[in-house]
Amino acid sequence: MSTVKATSPLSPASRPHRRVKPVTIASFIALVITTFLMLLPLFFMVSTSLKSKREMLKFPPTFLPESWAWSNYTEIFDTLQFGTLYKNSLIIAVLSVFGTLLSSAFVAYGFARYRGRGNSFWFILLLSTMMLPYPAIMIPQFVLFSKMQWIDTFLPLIVPAFFGSAYNIFLLRQFFSTLPEELFDAGRIDGCGELRMWRTIALPLSAPALATVAIFAFIYSWNDLLTPVLYLSSSEKFTLPVGMASLTSSRFRIPPWHLLMVASVLAMVPIVTLFAIAQKQFVEGIVLTGIK
Amino acid sequence: MYLFISPWLIGFLIFALYPILSSLYYSFTDYDIIHPPRFIGLANYNEMFHNELFWRSVKVTLKYTFISVPVQLLLGLGFALLLHQAIPWRGFFRTAMYFPSMVSGVAMSLLWYWIFNPQIGLFNYMLSWFGIPGPAWLMSPDTALYALIIMSFWTAGSGMILFLAGLQGVPASLLEAAKLDGAGRLRIFWNITLPMISPVLLFQLIMGLIDSFQVFTQAFVMTQGGPNYSTWFYVYNLYTSAFKEYRAGYSSALAWILLLVVMLFTAVIMKLSNRYVHYEGGSRR
Repeated sequence: MSTVKATSPLSPASRPHRRVKPVTIASFIALVITTFLMLLPLFFMVSTSLKSKREMLKFPPTFLPESWAWSNYTEIFDTLQFGTLYKNSLIIAVLSVFGTLLSSAFVAYGFARYRGRGNSFWFILLLSTMMLPYPAIMIPQFVLFSKMQWIDTFLPLIVPAFFGSAYNIFLLRQFFSTLPEELFDAGRIDGCGELRMWRTIALPLSAPALATVAIFAFIYSWNDLLTPVLYLSSSEKFTLPVGMASLTSSRFRIPPWHLLMVASVLAMVPIVTLFAIAQKQFVEGIVLTGIK
Repeated sequence: MYLFISPWLIGFLIFALYPILSSLYYSFTDYDIIHPPRFIGLANYNEMFHNELFWRSVKVTLKYTFISVPVQLLLGLGFALLLHQAIPWRGFFRTAMYFPSMVSGVAMSLLWYWIFNPQIGLFNYMLSWFGIPGPAWLMSPDTALYALIIMSFWTAGSGMILFLAGLQGVPASLLEAAKLDGAGRLRIFWNITLPMISPVLLFQLIMGLIDSFQVFTQAFVMTQGGPNYSTWFYVYNLYTSAFKEYRAGYSSALAWILLLVVMLFTAVIMKLSNRYVHYEGGSRR
């Protein structure tokens, strides 16, 4: 095994005497170019967010702001009730993540621990709901929630998360299936009930998978536009995407590009932060659950 | 077991099965969400097939899908293959490629709205370096859809992450054996790597198609379906009929066609892929 490992294509760099192959150089150059292209829009997003109103309209666009208009970042909170938008989005996202984690981990445990005819039937049904386009069901859902008087509340954006989401259940189920059976046997001998085994054995061992699900759920909720557009009508309840979408509306003759970019930068902050904190677990989670 | 899966089961009944069935019923009615639905048979479907905007939305959505999904897959796979090698700054490149995927949604639409601005945007400025006069992009019916397609390539990094995970699952022993047998890079890729990661490819193809059929945010934020309906995506059409024109019955008919098309595409791809997709142990999990 060790010989295979040493010569594995994953780690040729560990062999010091190797000459650099032309393929590697070509790949490196290709990567530098694509990375430059990928990061350029982001660079301009940040740079434009710091330009003055006059400078943002300059052509060609300046790479760095001539004078750094840090005041854009306070201005947006005054002009667009940005703080309220941010707070609303955070409340909805955090509660959705909590709901998704709780319910998806619970359901996934059920799918992972019991195998049988009934189980595989429901599991296939679960997988097929992943293909269900949201627009196909949104009208009856809207009717349902309006009958429940939930229009213009956060409830339609949060409550469904507590019933589990197919993709995340699938992900966690794959992960739970890899936990060694002996652990649960030991738990059973100690007189643990299933609920307790779920809480004390399965959950603590699944940190990477749970982190992955948390990130997916957060990104999903944070970026969602269609659902809040449907359900929220008063502007003090808008989420960040809804508020930002209104920025392009016709009430500005010239779009305030610098403020649009400030909003975009600020909208990225929680996701990037979350990703930075959980990056290791996130990548590990994807690898371990083996999405296939 | 049923205790554990009960949250999902209940959710499935309330948030999936019930809506699907009532949506089917609504699709045969004249319904404005406020007054009770009135049964009108197949009139909605009949109208749909004679409605020019419906066909426009189908055309726009399919064109977008058939260009953006395959290119995104290829880019994602390409990045993953490049970054699966031992290469300097690998960690940096991986993060950089994935970064744009964290901006998705409205923020990305706003950013590219500026990039595609014909007067002051980045895109035409960069084209001017090569002496190319850039078009009006989102302002012109000829180019607006292509602008959105170009924008979609920017998030290929999210696919890359999944491909990288797939590549790590390819057993090194297999690759070694092939190398010893004298197989070249291309041959190893075609005969070993590609079959081994084919489940990831299939998964992404299906999910990519489904997502692409549902494009909404870009149309809502950047173009409002215009100019001249050139970005009149299917779901934007559906949303407009239901919540702007209050024709929930007609819109439910649109929803059902979407559902059928997604099911059809998925079934066909699954069927075709049976021959090509390789699952470890020969069974699908």
